[in-house]
Amino acid sequence: MKFTLSWLKEHLDTAAEIDAVAEAMTMAGLEVEEVHDPVAALAPFTVARIVSAGRHPNADRLQVCQVDTVDGMKEIVCGAPNARAGLTTIYAPIGAYVPGLGVTLVEKPVRGVVSHGMLCSAAELQLSSESDGILELDDDLQVGQPAAGVFGAEPVIDFEVTPNRSDWLGVAGIARDLAAAGVGTLKTPAIEPVAGTFPSPVSVRLEAPEMCPVFAGRVIRGVRNGPSPDWLQHRLTAIGLRPINRLVDITNLVSYDRARPLHVYDMAKLVGAEIVVRGGQTSEAAAGIAAGTPEHLIALDGKTYAVDASMCVIADAAGERPIGLGGVMGGESTGCSDETVDVFVESAWFDPIVTAQTGRTLSLNSDAQYRFARGVDPASVVPGLELATRLILDLCGGEASEIVLAGQAPADPAGFAFDPARVAALTGLSLTDDRIAEILAALGFEVRRGAPWTVTPPSWRRDVEGAADLVEEIARIEGYDELPSTPLPDLGAPARGVLNPRQARVRTARRALAAMGYAEAVTWSFTKRSTAALFGGGGDRLALENPIAADLDCMRPSALPNLIEAAARNAARGHPDAALFEIGPIYLDDSPTGQRTVIAGLLAPKSPRHWGGAAEDALFALKGDLMALLDELGAPVASLQLVQGQNRDWWHPGRSARLQLGPKNVMAEFGALHPRVLKALDADGPMLAFEIVLDAVPEPRGKASKARGSASLAPLMPLTRDFAFLVEEGRATGDLLRAVAGADKALIAEVRVFDIYRGPGVPEGMKSVALEVVVQPREATLAEADIEALSTKIVTAAGMVGATLRG
Amino acid sequence: MTDLAQLELDLINAIGAAETAAAVEELRVAALGKQGSISGLLKGMGAMSPEERRERGPMINGLRDRVSAALAARKAELEAAELDARLKAEHVDLTLPSRPRRKGSVHPTMQVMDEMVAIFADMGFAVAEGPDIEDDFHNFTALNFPPKHPAREMHDTFFLTPDPETGERKVLRTHTSPVQVRTMQSQKPPIRIIAPGRTFRKDSDATHTPMFHQVEGLVIDKGVHMGHLKWTLETFVARFFEVDDVDARFRPHHFPFTEPSAEMDIRCDRSGGELKLNEGDGWMEILGCGMVHPNVLRNCGIDPDEYQGFAFGMGVDRLAMLKYGIPDLRPMFEADTRWLAHYGFSAFQAPNPASGLS
Repeated sequence: MKFTLSWLKEHLDTAAEIDAVAEAMTMAGLEVEEVHDPVAALAPFTVARIVSAGRHPNADRLQVCQVDTVDGMKEIVCGAPNARAGLTTIYAPIGAYVPGLGVTLVEKPVRGVVSHGMLCSAAELQLSSESDGILELDDDLQVGQPAAGVFGAEPVIDFEVTPNRSDWLGVAGIARDLAAAGVGTLKTPAIEPVAGTFPSPVSVRLEAPEMCPVFAGRVIRGVRNGPSPDWLQHRLTAIGLRPINRLVDITNLVSYDRARPLHVYDMAKLVGAEIVVRGGQTSEAAAGIAAGTPEHLIALDGKTYAVDASMCVIADAAGERPIGLGGVMGGESTGCSDETVDVFVESAWFDPIVTAQTGRTLSLNSDAQYRFARGVDPASVVPGLELATRLILDLCGGEASEIVLAGQAPADPAGFAFDPARVAALTGLSLTDDRIAEILAALGFEVRRGAPWTVTPPSWRRDVEGAADLVEEIARIEGYDELPSTPLPDLGAPARGVLNPRQARVRTARRALAAMGYAEAVTWSFTKRSTAALFGGGGDRLALENPIAADLDCMRPSALPNLIEAAARNAARGHPDAALFEIGPIYLDDSPTGQRTVIAGLLAPKSPRHWGGAAEDALFALKGDLMALLDELGAPVASLQLVQGQNRDWWHPGRSARLQLGPKNVMAEFGALHPRVLKALDADGPMLAFEIVLDAVPEPRGKASKARGSASLAPLMPLTRDFAFLVEEGRATGDLLRAVAGADKALIAEVRVFDIYRGPGVPEGMKSVALEVVVQPREATLAEADIEALSTKIVTAAGMVGATLRG
Repeated sequence: MTDLAQLELDLINAIGAAETAAAVEELRVAALGKQGSISGLLKGMGAMSPEERRERGPMINGLRDRVSAALAARKAELEAAELDARLKAEHVDLTLPSRPRRKGSVHPTMQVMDEMVAIFADMGFAVAEGPDIEDDFHNFTALNFPPKHPAREMHDTFFLTPDPETGERKVLRTHTSPVQVRTMQSQKPPIRIIAPGRTFRKDSDATHTPMFHQVEGLVIDKGVHMGHLKWTLETFVARFFEVDDVDARFRPHHFPFTEPSAEMDIRCDRSGGELKLNEGDGWMEILGCGMVHPNVLRNCGIDPDEYQGFAFGMGVDRLAMLKYGIPDLRPMFEADTRWLAHYGFSAFQAPNPASGLS
């Protein structure tokens, strides 16, 4: 909402300058977005008069003018065709910033003649969007007069109107709050009714009182339309509105002055003498028209709108022809022109929700729609009509009929009980009862001080429904600066920390992965639906009805696609060696329990070459990171099963595995991603990844005590024995390891794989797995016989999984 | 010169001239071995008369000791030289680069969330969470957004496809306030929580992304008023920016779920891309807050005549940008490894009260 300082001063007696007004507004809750001060921009420019104009010696289109200016006589080169002796125009001195050109003037020759300044057009001063010559001003103006005064330029305030305060959509409402805040005295002119001299020849019938409960109107005949007087045009242009004609300009003026939208119909174009207010209709079947075809309206913006039953239609021709969308926009067919002689003026009240929805459905916004959607003061129906009548009679002449009033305005807000002690209780402010009553009265509330008080909001404050609302009014007018700063009772930090085990694990995982060399990414919760489908998602219920972009139209079933695409983007920029992780949500369904937290890591193993040769195999490096991470999270790493060949189909079938506690409790999948999926995402492989579903990782059992239990540190030296087993190619080495480790759990501390060999000496289809078994004696040093016995147990155990000792 | 003196001189010269450990050994054997010249002299002492032995004995023993010492010294000398030579041959060019290690990092938004949690934990706030996909009740209705009210439009809500059976249309939460609702529904006052998490609005330009992060806070108790709200937020903002005092102001605003409502501004100068707190004459809005609307309390099963409290909400990404001088919002979600390396944080920079937040 924009307004000028002079407009405000029609309603508010104040000496405050623009900055003080803006500051007071902000602190009263009218958040100023911009103070535009054209006066400052026009400061260097003054009135000047061309004394003589002669042909430029070197250019046909240029003239060299002698100009009488505030700085004395100046020689100025001018390219405007209308530059001529005797013309009064605007002069810009050297050094002036010309806003329309975006340049600061410097003294320099123009085709060999030095120009000591510039003569300006309206466009160059940003007074209009285009112009075809320099300004032609009234000859009565004096040379040296500031341009700002000539054009009536003045500062404009633009501020944000919160949705609860429709009364701020009129300058009178702003003035009321500023007066309450102590910026001046309210002096909004009273509205004088205009007595009608004849009955209204147009009547009104309300068929949809739920959309439009009250409708007032009157005929004014014999008006003369045409361009508005300067003061009105200036007032509108200053806030960015385009003057159209007197009748339209008057409705705009009242809309911005009193937050009271109106509409004016050209009576000559009305069919019949009755205005009908009803819901939108659909046609019955007829020749060439299917049943259910909606009626259409060509609105004043020249566009055609299909109207449905949820919208409020103004119709003539016995209710047949739509001539307007109530509270939104009038129809082209009955609009006013310069030829208009008799008019019907409408001042009604349209339901906010209906108006809001109509605007939304049709993408049709207007000043009227904006105001009705937020709630216009229902008590302004007749006064608004009277004000418009007075202005029309003053500016267009004519004769007004009596007012025709149909329906009844919604009831005024009811009073409610208010205990002034609530002010201190909710805000900590200590104000006297008198001060509280004073603020409420200044805002138009009716206060009856009893026990408790009864407070009745004014008709324009339907947003105020209870004590808390009144407390806000009082606090904001008194000023939030006055609020005390009161320490919260100190509860201290909770003894056990504030994070639950899941939150603490997320934090651990984040720090652990960063320490392992992965960079944390935060990516969208959305992905493309077809991508989601590649990762087991993409169902209807997780598709967005109104996505921000076609490739972000579905909730992600995995964090991996976003990481893969991120790695691909990095590679496309020349940084293919990415190690990324993300800890975030995935979505299995749209219920509150359908969300999981995953820890996803991605490795694009493109390590640069190194003089020391190849590093560790990336896939096993990733596995190592994953296992270390699970260990940090307190997952039961020792009892995890690693299962290959059962991963879902975005994984490489031979180079991926899952970690589970059982077939129904899968904790993580990891490995290489399927080349088909990478290709679909335009990513160059190979890429390796893991995804842990944190919710599936059991939390370590809480213990009653923080004590660790005693450490059993064996006093005896561990010893090692090496074994080489022949194992079938297809057999998982992990099975052999588990079997060997389980051969004697008391003695075997660790089993290490130190070589895998295929080739001469090993039969085709077999591999030799060399193990180093670490034996930790517990009770006594082992005799040779004990070690022999252990070796036998190990070989037997290995035999159970099909491994034979290599001879 | 006696024969002994001559022998000693010869041996010492020979030892000094020996170039290898083997030559030294050879000399040792020649002098002190079984058939050695000094060993021979020692053996010969048995045949001497006591007088002769008294005279010659100490001379021969002295000779033996000096030659032994010379042998040992020469041996050590040669061994040291040999070691030196070997080590010299073992030279490695340490200017060669080590194998590069990937340097990981923590995302600035997450780092700042950890900072916020640390500050509020110290003030006794627990951390509450809830789902990103919400229903209309928790995201709007419970929070006193009347159905079809224009205030709902201001939230630019994302909707999921409606349920074909019930027609219900789930939303992506536009704020983390639904977590406040769920907390109030499930927990009796006093309540002191913060609710961090992802939030979604259909908005995308230089300063808006369709997904962003919020931390909201909620305090419900008897007698909690706006003065407590002001202190809590002033304290938080000062601790967050790691200064003693922040010049802040509270301004009236409107939110459906709070009454009275406010926005908090801080005074700062942002010229040159760096945030200078308490300087300049510009104010920047950093968060919204207010006293929880009685309708919201009622909707969540709390009696507004008995309990009251305050709530606040702030954008985490935006505060991270402000604090750490990150110029643009959009790269926060683009996972450019160069950006992450530059703006990310070390794993070991976990915010804590001992070393400070950052």
